[in-house]
This record gives sequence, C-alpha cells and structure tokens, in this order.
Amino acid sequence: MNKIITLLKKDLLLEMRQQHTFFGILLYVASTIFVLFLAMGQPDSVVFNALFWIVQLFVCVNAVAKSFLQENQGRMYYFYSISSPVHFIIAKLIYSALIMLLMVVVSIVLFTILMGNPFSHALEFIGIACLGGFSLSLVFTLMAAIAAKAQQNAAIMAILGFPLIIPQLLLLMKLSKSAFGEVFRDGALMQITLLLLGLDLLVVVLAVILFPFLWKD
Amino acid sequence: MNWKWWKITCIIFLLLTFTAGFLIRVPIIGNLHQSIRNFFFHVPMWFGQIGLLTLSLGYSIAYLRTQNLKYDLYASEYAKTGIIFGVLGLLTGAIWAKYSWGEFWSNDPKQMAAAIAVLIYCAYIVLRGSLTDIDKRARVASVYNIFAYFIYIPLIMILPRLVQSLHPGGMEGAQGGGNPAMGGGSLDATMRLIFWPAVFGWILLGIWISSLKIRIEILKHKNIING
Repeated sequence: MNKIITLLKKDLLLEMRQQHTFFGILLYVASTIFVLFLAMGQPDSVVFNALFWIVQLFVCVNAVAKSFLQENQGRMYYFYSISSPVHFIIAKLIYSALIMLLMVVVSIVLFTILMGNPFSHALEFIGIACLGGFSLSLVFTLMAAIAAKAQQNAAIMAILGFPLIIPQLLLLMKLSKSAFGEVFRDGALMQITLLLLGLDLLVVVLAVILFPFLWKD
Repeated sequence: MNWKWWKITCIIFLLLTFTAGFLIRVPIIGNLHQSIRNFFFHVPMWFGQIGLLTLSLGYSIAYLRTQNLKYDLYASEYAKTGIIFGVLGLLTGAIWAKYSWGEFWSNDPKQMAAAIAVLIYCAYIVLRGSLTDIDKRARVASVYNIFAYFIYIPLIMILPRLVQSLHPGGMEGAQGGGNPAMGGGSLDATMRLIFWPAVFGWILLGIWISSLKIRIEILKHKNIING
C-alpha cells in the first residue's frame, strides 16, 4: 500500500513540476470545446450528449497516453528494480483516473458555460460523467502500457483502444440520456450502472493480472 | 495423422449442410420463407467465431505461461480465421437482412456489435504488425488478445440483451429473449437435425483451415521454434 502511495506521489509530483504537459492537456480540452462552440453554438441535448462523450474519448487518449509514454526506457528499468509490477500498474490506474476525473469536471464546466445547459438533472449527469471518465481512463491506461511497448507509438493506442471502448461508451451515452430527462424502464438505470462498474472491475483485474507480462523485458 | 476422423466428420457434416440444408422441408415463419435456410450458414459462423477466438485465447494464455513461441503462432492464426468467420457472419447476416428487414445494413445493435468485434481483432493483427521483435510481439499481442476477449464477450453476450433489436433474442423477446444468437426454443425439430451438424461442421472447418496455416507458419519460423 505504501509503495502504491509513493509511486502515486511521484506521478503527481512530476505533474506539478512539469506543468507544461498538464496545461497542454487543459488547453486541448478548452480549445476543442471552444471549436465545437464556434461550430455548433448551443446544440440540443442529443448532440450535446454525443459531443460530450466524443470529447471525453479524445481527451482521455491524450491525457492517459502521456502517463506511460513519458516514462523512458531507462526510468522503466529503475522502476523495475525498485517496485513490483502490480504496485506500479495500480498506481498508474489511480493516477490516470484522477487526471481524467479532473478533465471531466473541467469539460462539464466548459460545456455548460459555452454550449448551454440542457440538463434536467445536472447532478446525475456529473455523477455519470465521473463514472465515465473513470471507466475510460482504466481501459486506456492498459492500452497505453501496450502502446508503450510498440515503439512508444501513440497512434497504435487509438487503434487498439477505440474498438475496445465502444461497448462502455455506448452504455455511458445511453445512461447519460437519463440526465436529459429521458425516461427508462424500472431498474434499467441501476442495471446499466452496475454493468459499467462490473466492466471497470474486470478491467482492473485484467490489468493487474496481465501487466506483469508486459513489464519484463 | 491419427486425427483424420475429425476431418472426415467435418466433410460429412458440411456435405449434409449443403445438401439436406437446401432440400428439407422448412417451416414458413413470418416473412422468412425459404431464406430461413440461411440459418444453417449464418448462425454457425458466430458459433465458429466464438469457438476459434476462444481457442486463440487459450493459446495466448498458454504462451504467457510457457513462453513457447509456437503457442503465439497458434493464437494468431486462430484469431485470423476467427476474423474471417466474423466477416462471413456479417455478410450472410447482411444478405439475410436485405430479404427480411429490407436493408443490407440497418444499424441494428447486433450488426454494430458484430462489426466492432471484427474491428477489435483487426486491431490485434495491426498490433502484431507494428512490433518487430518476435518475443516482445508474442508477449504484447497475447496480453492484448486476452484483454480483448474479455471485452468482446460482454459486447456480444450482454449488450444485445439490453436494447431493442430487429434480430431475434432482443430484450423484448417474446421468443427467446436472452440468447442473442437464436430465437430460443423456437427451433423446428427437423431444422435442429441439420443445424447442430452444421455448427460442428463449420467449427471443424475453421480449426482445419487454421491448422494448415499454423503448419505453414511453423515451417516459416523453423529456425526459431523448437518442437
């Protein structure tokens, strides 16, 4: 547990020191949403929902990709000698989930300011968006770990991750329609939420089992 | 070569599918008419695909446990044949859809899920192509293959049950809501007589094709694979 916290602290500290990457991602979020605003103005709820999740998808690829791609070969050898792969991947998962949650909150604020406020249940939407950011970040962390092995190729991460994320993204889009006032049949909301949480758990378990194999070189 | 019997079984089962499948009297259900015979071709493709991808998963796990490069070749060839079965399943499904739903492609959730499944495994092939170091390729590809399989199963087993669909086995399903592949217990007795041999025939054909390709690959990599 201590080791995980230390690794996590290291990542957060790096984030503080190398602020240009962090602000780079923030700028990415802001300018994407601004371009959408220029293109669409204030769209209706269906378009709003779709745009929101697509923006999250691209932000996630960029935000999570750098967590692995910034570790060069030499530094990986160093981690290899001082920590276990399970601690390392758990720290990375928590770190990217934190970054992604922050990005989700920033995007919600920017979306509401620029593109209007079509929610009928704003709190519900925030909850669903956080769950979504969490799910996206978990899948893409493992994809980033795989992509880091493929010559640090960031494009391969999108190729690998996009088809895999579609099931969760579809569930999230469906779920978040409830925040725009769409009525679901009884229990369907709970069912989808539990399914998403189940998928998240599955992804974490797979990451913990599979990462040790990626780790050794 | 002691294992010839399963190849013979495969040929007999597929001959049965291609002859009896077109000749037997089929029940006329709704607007399906004679197109219901596609049942012997379209549905077994999905059984075949799941079977082959499961084999691929098994060999990927075996590779990670033993680090024997042979198993990685097995896994990749089974996955490739699985993709071919997936594409054939989509094509036979699209033709069937044209004559019963009116369009080749109607953005039905099950068509989408099946297309995504094919994309996931194409990404696996792309990943293999992007790595040049053989050991690293085997390791990274196995990891992705295992991960992909466990995302793929919810995609085709759970998601289709949550949404409305034109395809049998959707959530509303008076007829066999539940099984995404078929209309549940509605299968006619004579059709069942052809259907199960067809399923096994196609699966065996998939394994046969893969095993031939595996033998070619092993010959190609003879200098690095022992045993």
